[in-house]
Amino acid sequence: MNISLFYFVAFLSIFFSLLVIFSKNPVHSVLYLIVTFFTFTVHYILLNAQFLAIVNFIVYMGAIMVLFLFVLMLLNLNKESEPAKSPLLKIAGVVAGMCLLVTVAGSVKTLHTSNPIVLQSPTLGLVKNLGKVLFSDFLLPFEVSSILLLSAMVGAVLLAKREPNDA
Amino acid sequence: MEHITKAIQGIPLNHYILLSAIIFSIGVIGVLIRRNAIVIFMSVELMLNAVNLLLTAFSAYSGDAAGQVFVFFIMALAAAEVAIGLAIIVMIYRNTNSIDINVLNRLKW
Repeated sequence: MNISLFYFVAFLSIFFSLLVIFSKNPVHSVLYLIVTFFTFTVHYILLNAQFLAIVNFIVYMGAIMVLFLFVLMLLNLNKESEPAKSPLLKIAGVVAGMCLLVTVAGSVKTLHTSNPIVLQSPTLGLVKNLGKVLFSDFLLPFEVSSILLLSAMVGAVLLAKREPNDA
Repeated sequence: MEHITKAIQGIPLNHYILLSAIIFSIGVIGVLIRRNAIVIFMSVELMLNAVNLLLTAFSAYSGDAAGQVFVFFIMALAAAEVAIGLAIIVMIYRNTNSIDINVLNRLKW
């Protein structure tokens, strides 16, 4: 039962991510994407990466998805207004993606069968351990990422602001 | 918590690689076949998440916490990217009244 849990959640991830790209209505796409991110959270919990599970839950399902939904509602795009690409282009896109998948899967096949994942240290993904690593080995990247977030905030405000002459 | 750590034992790493590859390819297909800029953006998010899952799996496999810290940085980057990208999309919508990417062919020769 334990092992099959992973395969069940993996199936759900693939199923809902397929629904994301094939549903006609963009609002449905966003909702399916939220479900997909929830299955990713379950994957993180299964890998005992509890900090990442919570961060994924808050940042992706909370912040990013709300941003997507807001923009969709703001632009009033929740109708099926998207003109479809020509079927030939669609088939070409699917074939190209499948070629990528076959290439990656084929190169994985050449590896010998991997060992099963065994958690060597059960406390690896907990906040205590990750915090120690983050604030000792990765202190400089952590500070730089704060500058990244600040510049993103300034950029978003600048871009979304109306220009004074067309207001 | 004990039974959670037991649950993962026995799943080969290859299956995680395959799952991530499948979801990454779904993201690539989404970028290629859709014309709505926001759906394309969501497909990019799918690709980022596939890579995140793979990094976490490798981190748990090799017992190295650096991989999970890296995932944390990727999430911060994704948040910044989404904020900027959606602002650009709003800007495009204001100028062209559409978010169809085929309208944006002015740089095409």
